[in-house]
Amino acid sequence: MVNNTMYLEFPSKPENVSFARTAVAAFVSQLDPTMPELADISTAVSEGVTNAVVHAYPGSEGPVAITVYLTDQQVSIEIKDEGCGIADVNKVRRFGITSCGQERMGIGLSLIEACVDDVRIESREGQGTCLFLRKRLGEQGGSLAND
Amino acid sequence: METTIYTKGSWLIVRLKGELDVATVPAARAKVEQALQRQTITGLLVDLTNVMFMDSSGLGFLLGRYRRLVENKGTMIVVGAQGQVRRVLELSGLTRIIPQKPTLAEAMVVMGEGK
Repeated sequence: MVNNTMYLEFPSKPENVSFARTAVAAFVSQLDPTMPELADISTAVSEGVTNAVVHAYPGSEGPVAITVYLTDQQVSIEIKDEGCGIADVNKVRRFGITSCGQERMGIGLSLIEACVDDVRIESREGQGTCLFLRKRLGEQGGSLAND
Repeated sequence: METTIYTKGSWLIVRLKGELDVATVPAARAKVEQALQRQTITGLLVDLTNVMFMDSSGLGFLLGRYRRLVENKGTMIVVGAQGQVRRVLELSGLTRIIPQKPTLAEAMVVMGEGK
Protein backbone atom coordinates (compact mmCIF):
# COMPACT_ATOMS: atom_id res chain seq x y z
CA MET A 1 0.00 0.00 0.00
CA VAL A 2 1.45 3.35 -1.04
CA ASN A 3 1.02 6.03 1.61
CA ASN A 4 2.43 8.93 -0.35
CA THR A 5 4.04 9.68 -3.71
CA MET A 6 6.14 12.47 -5.20
CA TYR A 7 7.13 13.16 -8.79
CA LEU A 8 9.87 15.57 -9.80
CA GLU A 9 11.26 16.40 -13.24
CA PHE A 10 14.11 18.72 -14.14
CA PRO A 11 16.81 19.22 -16.83
CA SER A 12 20.05 17.28 -16.48
CA LYS A 13 22.02 20.25 -15.15
CA PRO A 14 24.72 19.73 -12.48
CA GLU A 15 23.07 22.46 -10.40
CA ASN A 16 19.96 20.29 -10.06
CA VAL A 17 21.75 17.41 -8.31
CA SER A 18 21.70 19.26 -4.99
CA PHE A 19 18.06 20.24 -5.53
CA ALA A 20 17.09 16.63 -6.26
CA ARG A 21 18.69 15.08 -3.17
CA THR A 22 17.40 17.88 -0.92
CA ALA A 23 13.85 17.55 -2.27
CA VAL A 24 13.81 13.77 -1.88
CA ALA A 25 15.23 13.99 1.65
CA ALA A 26 12.58 16.55 2.60
CA PHE A 27 9.82 14.31 1.26
CA VAL A 28 11.20 11.20 2.99
CA SER A 29 11.40 13.08 6.30
CA GLN A 30 7.67 12.50 6.87
CA LEU A 31 8.54 8.85 7.66
CA ASP A 32 10.74 10.14 10.49
CA PRO A 33 13.97 8.42 9.36
CA THR A 34 17.17 8.61 11.39
CA MET A 35 19.84 11.07 10.28
CA PRO A 36 22.06 8.23 8.98
CA GLU A 37 19.16 6.82 6.96
CA LEU A 38 18.43 10.25 5.50
CA ALA A 39 22.12 10.77 4.71
CA ASP A 40 22.27 7.42 2.90
CA ILE A 41 19.17 8.28 0.84
CA SER A 42 20.67 11.68 -0.04
CA THR A 43 23.92 10.01 -1.11
CA ALA A 44 22.12 7.43 -3.27
CA VAL A 45 19.94 10.06 -4.97
CA SER A 46 22.94 12.32 -5.56
CA GLU A 47 24.85 9.49 -7.22
CA GLY A 48 21.88 8.37 -9.31
CA VAL A 49 21.09 11.86 -10.58
CA THR A 50 24.79 12.60 -11.18
CA ASN A 51 24.98 9.51 -13.39
CA ALA A 52 22.08 10.85 -15.45
CA VAL A 53 23.62 14.33 -15.63
CA VAL A 54 27.09 13.11 -16.60
CA HIS A 55 26.36 10.07 -18.78
CA ALA A 56 22.80 10.12 -20.17
CA TYR A 57 23.02 13.06 -22.56
CA PRO A 58 26.60 13.40 -23.86
CA GLY A 59 27.17 16.98 -24.96
CA SER A 60 23.58 18.02 -24.37
CA GLU A 61 20.77 18.12 -21.81
CA GLY A 62 17.58 16.18 -21.32
CA PRO A 63 14.94 15.43 -18.73
CA VAL A 64 15.57 13.57 -15.47
CA ALA A 65 12.53 12.37 -13.53
CA ILE A 66 12.36 11.15 -9.96
CA THR A 67 9.41 9.33 -8.44
CA VAL A 68 9.39 8.54 -4.73
CA TYR A 69 6.95 6.12 -3.10
CA LEU A 70 6.61 6.02 0.66
CA THR A 71 5.04 3.08 2.45
CA ASP A 72 5.00 2.41 6.17
CA GLN A 73 8.74 1.96 6.68
CA GLN A 74 10.02 1.76 3.13
CA VAL A 75 11.24 4.27 0.56
CA SER A 76 11.22 3.39 -3.14
CA ILE A 77 12.88 5.78 -5.58
CA GLU A 78 12.96 5.72 -9.38
CA ILE A 79 15.46 7.95 -11.22
CA LYS A 80 14.73 7.97 -14.92
CA ASP A 81 16.33 9.61 -17.95
CA GLU A 82 15.59 9.46 -21.65
CA GLY A 83 19.22 9.50 -22.70
CA CYS A 84 21.66 7.24 -24.52
CA GLY A 85 21.10 4.21 -22.30
CA ILE A 86 23.61 1.61 -21.14
CA ALA A 87 24.81 -1.12 -23.50
CA ASP A 88 25.98 -3.47 -20.74
CA VAL A 89 24.39 -2.91 -17.33
CA ASN A 90 26.43 -5.70 -15.70
CA LYS A 91 29.64 -3.98 -16.80
CA VAL A 92 28.78 -0.65 -15.17
CA ARG A 93 27.81 -2.42 -11.95
CA ARG A 94 31.39 -3.57 -11.51
CA PHE A 95 33.44 -1.47 -9.10
CA GLY A 96 35.67 1.04 -10.80
CA ILE A 97 34.06 1.06 -14.21
CA THR A 98 33.35 4.48 -15.65
CA SER A 99 32.66 5.60 -19.20
CA CYS A 100 33.72 9.15 -18.46
CA GLY A 101 37.21 10.48 -18.97
CA GLN A 102 36.81 13.16 -16.33
CA GLU A 103 38.33 12.95 -12.86
CA ARG A 104 35.78 10.54 -11.46
CA MET A 105 36.27 7.47 -9.31
CA GLY A 106 33.66 5.36 -11.07
CA ILE A 107 32.24 4.11 -7.79
CA GLY A 108 28.90 5.90 -7.85
CA LEU A 109 26.92 2.70 -8.26
CA SER A 110 28.90 0.95 -5.53
CA LEU A 111 28.11 3.81 -3.17
CA ILE A 112 24.42 3.53 -4.05
CA GLU A 113 24.49 -0.21 -3.34
CA ALA A 114 26.09 0.48 0.06
CA CYS A 115 23.47 3.09 0.98
CA VAL A 116 20.22 1.32 0.05
CA ASP A 117 18.87 -2.23 0.35
CA ASP A 118 18.01 -2.96 -3.28
CA VAL A 119 19.26 -1.54 -6.58
CA ARG A 120 17.91 -2.43 -10.01
CA ILE A 121 18.79 -0.90 -13.37
CA GLU A 122 16.70 -1.07 -16.51
CA SER A 123 18.25 0.41 -19.62
CA ARG A 124 17.95 0.31 -23.38
CA GLU A 125 20.46 1.87 -25.72
CA GLY A 126 19.06 5.04 -27.24
CA GLN A 127 15.97 4.99 -25.01
CA GLY A 128 17.24 5.81 -21.54
CA THR A 129 17.86 4.34 -18.14
CA CYS A 130 15.79 3.85 -15.00
CA LEU A 131 17.41 3.26 -11.64
CA PHE A 132 15.20 1.65 -8.99
CA LEU A 133 16.24 2.05 -5.37
CA ARG A 134 14.59 0.64 -2.26
CA LYS A 135 15.48 1.30 1.35
CA ARG A 136 13.76 -0.06 4.41
CA LEU A 137 13.86 2.28 7.40
CA GLY A 138 14.54 1.21 10.96
CA GLU A 139 17.32 -1.25 10.04
CA GLN A 140 20.31 1.12 9.99
CA GLY A 141 23.57 -0.55 10.87
CA GLY A 142 26.08 1.78 9.20
CA SER A 143 28.93 3.57 10.91
CA LEU A 144 26.94 6.78 11.09
CA ALA A 145 24.51 5.11 13.45
CA ASN A 146 27.01 5.48 16.24
CA ASP A 147 27.84 9.15 15.62
CA MET B 1 30.79 26.09 -1.94
CA GLU B 2 33.39 28.34 -0.37
CA THR B 3 37.06 27.54 -0.93
CA THR B 4 39.61 29.27 1.29
CA ILE B 5 43.27 28.68 0.50
CA TYR B 6 46.40 29.73 2.31
CA THR B 7 49.93 28.48 2.80
CA LYS B 8 51.82 27.46 5.91
CA GLY B 9 55.46 26.82 5.12
CA SER B 10 55.54 24.34 2.28
CA TRP B 11 51.93 23.27 2.93
CA LEU B 12 48.84 24.40 1.11
CA ILE B 13 45.81 24.56 3.41
CA VAL B 14 42.42 24.26 1.70
CA ARG B 15 39.29 24.91 3.73
CA LEU B 16 36.05 23.90 2.05
CA LYS B 17 32.59 24.95 3.17
CA GLY B 18 29.33 23.69 1.72
CA GLU B 19 28.61 20.61 -0.41
CA LEU B 20 30.99 18.77 -2.74
CA ASP B 21 29.20 17.36 -5.77
CA VAL B 22 29.28 17.46 -9.58
CA ALA B 23 28.18 21.11 -9.59
CA THR B 24 30.66 22.48 -7.05
CA VAL B 25 33.79 20.37 -7.57
CA PRO B 26 34.99 22.04 -10.83
CA ALA B 27 35.44 25.48 -9.20
CA ALA B 28 37.14 24.03 -6.11
CA ARG B 29 39.42 21.93 -8.29
CA ALA B 30 40.41 24.93 -10.42
CA LYS B 31 41.30 27.02 -7.35
CA VAL B 32 43.34 24.28 -5.73
CA GLU B 33 45.12 23.36 -8.95
CA GLN B 34 46.10 26.99 -9.49
CA ALA B 35 47.49 27.20 -5.96
CA LEU B 36 49.39 23.92 -6.37
CA GLN B 37 51.33 25.40 -9.30
CA ARG B 38 53.71 26.94 -6.77
CA GLN B 39 56.86 24.86 -6.85
CA THR B 40 57.44 25.30 -3.13
CA ILE B 41 54.29 23.37 -2.16
CA THR B 42 55.01 19.81 -1.02
CA GLY B 43 52.00 19.16 1.19
CA LEU B 44 48.24 19.58 0.88
CA LEU B 45 45.82 19.69 3.79
CA VAL B 46 42.13 19.61 2.90
CA ASP B 47 39.87 20.66 5.77
CA LEU B 48 36.40 19.11 5.41
CA THR B 49 35.12 20.26 8.82
CA ASN B 50 32.49 22.49 7.22
CA VAL B 51 31.58 20.21 4.32
CA MET B 52 28.08 18.94 5.02
CA PHE B 53 27.70 16.62 2.02
CA MET B 54 30.02 14.84 -0.40
CA ASP B 55 29.43 12.25 -3.11
CA SER B 56 31.72 10.45 -5.57
CA SER B 57 32.44 13.73 -7.37
CA GLY B 58 34.08 14.96 -4.18
CA LEU B 59 35.91 11.66 -3.77
CA GLY B 60 37.28 12.06 -7.30
CA PHE B 61 38.43 15.57 -6.44
CA LEU B 62 40.32 14.33 -3.36
CA LEU B 63 41.84 11.33 -5.13
CA GLY B 64 42.94 13.47 -8.06
CA ARG B 65 44.78 15.89 -5.78
CA TYR B 66 46.30 12.99 -3.82
CA ARG B 67 47.67 11.41 -7.00
CA ARG B 68 49.12 14.73 -8.08
CA LEU B 69 50.88 15.21 -4.74
CA VAL B 70 52.21 11.65 -4.60
CA GLU B 71 53.53 11.84 -8.17
CA ASN B 72 55.56 14.86 -7.06
CA LYS B 73 56.71 13.12 -3.88
CA GLY B 74 54.43 15.27 -1.78
CA THR B 75 51.93 14.36 0.89
CA MET B 76 48.27 15.04 1.65
CA ILE B 77 46.06 14.99 4.74
CA VAL B 78 42.28 15.20 5.03
CA VAL B 79 40.94 16.78 8.21
CA GLY B 80 37.59 17.01 9.95
CA ALA B 81 35.43 14.58 7.96
CA GLN B 82 32.30 13.73 9.89
CA GLY B 83 28.78 12.37 9.43
CA GLN B 84 27.82 11.66 5.82
CA VAL B 85 31.21 12.86 4.54
CA ARG B 86 33.10 10.43 6.75
CA ARG B 87 30.78 7.57 5.82
CA VAL B 88 31.32 8.15 2.09
CA LEU B 89 35.10 8.33 2.60
CA GLU B 90 35.00 5.03 4.49
CA LEU B 91 32.68 3.27 2.03
CA SER B 92 34.94 4.28 -0.87
CA GLY B 93 38.08 3.02 0.83
CA LEU B 94 39.71 6.43 0.52
CA THR B 95 40.40 6.49 4.27
CA ARG B 96 42.87 3.66 3.65
CA ILE B 97 44.69 5.69 0.99
CA ILE B 98 44.70 9.31 2.13
CA PRO B 99 45.76 9.98 5.74
CA GLN B 100 42.92 11.34 7.87
CA LYS B 101 43.08 13.44 11.02
CA PRO B 102 40.05 14.41 13.10
CA THR B 103 41.27 17.91 13.88
CA LEU B 104 43.50 20.56 12.42
CA ALA B 105 45.62 20.51 15.58
CA GLU B 106 46.43 16.82 15.07
CA ALA B 107 47.20 17.43 11.41
CA MET B 108 49.61 20.21 12.40
CA VAL B 109 51.76 17.62 14.16
CA VAL B 110 52.10 15.64 10.93
CA MET B 111 52.75 18.85 9.00
CA GLY B 112 55.58 19.74 11.38
CA GLU B 113 57.15 16.34 10.76
CA GLY B 114 56.85 16.83 7.03
CA LYS B 115 58.87 20.03 6.89
